[in-house]
Amino acid sequence: MTHPVVIVGASMGGLRTAESLRRFGYLGPITLIGEEIHKPYNRPPLSKEVLAKEVTHEAVAFEERSSTQDVNWVLGTRAVVLDVENNAVTDSEGQIHPYSALVIATGLRSRRIIVPNGDLANRFALRTLDDAIALREQLIEGKNVVIVGGGFIGCEVAATAIKLGCNVTVVHNAAHPMLRQLGPDLAKQMQLRHEAMGVRFFLKRSVDDLRGSSHVEGVLLDDETTVDADVLIEAVGSHPNVEWLSNNNIECEDGVLVDSAMRVTREDGSIIENVFAIGDLARFVNPIFDFEPRKVEHWNIPTETAKRAAQVIAAMLNQSDSYPAVLDEVFKPIPSFWSDQYDNHLLAYGLCSLADKVTLVAGDISGDCVFEYHRGGHLVGVCGIGLRSVVQSYRAKFI
Amino acid sequence: MIKIEVDMTKCQHYGQCVFEAPDIFRLNADDKLEYTAEADDSERANIEAAIDVCPMQAIRIVQ
Repeated sequence: MTHPVVIVGASMGGLRTAESLRRFGYLGPITLIGEEIHKPYNRPPLSKEVLAKEVTHEAVAFEERSSTQDVNWVLGTRAVVLDVENNAVTDSEGQIHPYSALVIATGLRSRRIIVPNGDLANRFALRTLDDAIALREQLIEGKNVVIVGGGFIGCEVAATAIKLGCNVTVVHNAAHPMLRQLGPDLAKQMQLRHEAMGVRFFLKRSVDDLRGSSHVEGVLLDDETTVDADVLIEAVGSHPNVEWLSNNNIECEDGVLVDSAMRVTREDGSIIENVFAIGDLARFVNPIFDFEPRKVEHWNIPTETAKRAAQVIAAMLNQSDSYPAVLDEVFKPIPSFWSDQYDNHLLAYGLCSLADKVTLVAGDISGDCVFEYHRGGHLVGVCGIGLRSVVQSYRAKFI
Repeated sequence: MIKIEVDMTKCQHYGQCVFEAPDIFRLNADDKLEYTAEADDSERANIEAAIDVCPMQAIRIVQ
């Protein structure tokens, strides 16, 4: 009996791997293990339009394709132990899943702030559907909502909470929200647009402690300001879910190191031929930019890495003559992200955060505009508000 | 034939689909999405790829 391809992580990346295995001609069994009870769904709307309305699985679920109807779904179950030597994964129910190939797609989890008085109700993070359902109940008109972290998720939630009539404060450790991702000019402009909608910012500030006895009543900042809070939202980054990989000598410092075929690397630099990592936790080299492996938390990356892994797995398991050629293919996906905040629709290509120089190249900073991002004289990214066809025209420059 | 539907209440005209299935999807002069609602079966892989890259998940194959 052939063992299945086991995919651990039933989010977008896991789903796209299963679908792509079929598209690349793998007909054998597939097992998809997921910690959440929900079938795969699209996360970005959870901070945006879905959070502003009613949060349901139906509103965000991915359409199921006929090609994956025979997938064995193991949901509400976590993978707890990986045994590379014996090609098996043990789940939280004690079930052992032997595999022919393994795909690690366990992604990231929200980082939380650590403070002395932290054991309080009304602290939220936003990554899963259940997070969004819990948070939605609290976003009521007139409530004081404090968001710690002014990255994309923090800013999107700020815009949504404003729409719902909340009083919104954002505490951020840099000089402007989204500074690292957008650069100073565009970040400052986005700050102004948020302020015009009523968001209050505490910048270059961090949280020292929380006030309250059973639930959050205030947030104490490092300059001793206290901000009133009924709801605290922590949007301060993420941790890779790699604990279950331990004791296999897998290189998983800051994500799982993979080669250009998405195959996992051991600490000694050797490759594990039938173990793959994809999505937010995969740390890979993208020759568009340089030869530095990094994980990329842009929405299109789980899909791109899933397709690459599936292509390799299908060729390997089908013992295709093309397997060596498939392994040798260059993998250089163009990262892209978008963000909706009020009527501002940002679209970007590349890795804008690498830039040492950011230049306005089209439009007007107070309206629709496009910025180029350069590092050492080379284009590494483009980001625009509106002016879609100008932004789109840059895509070809990264191919 | 394949029938396609784009939920224009979800679509934000990001135009990612245009790169995957250029014969089906395009941005018009005002940067708004336009599409052909019927396509040949040979377009299925491209249309599925377009669905995969749609940030708003607004595209569906209805038939």
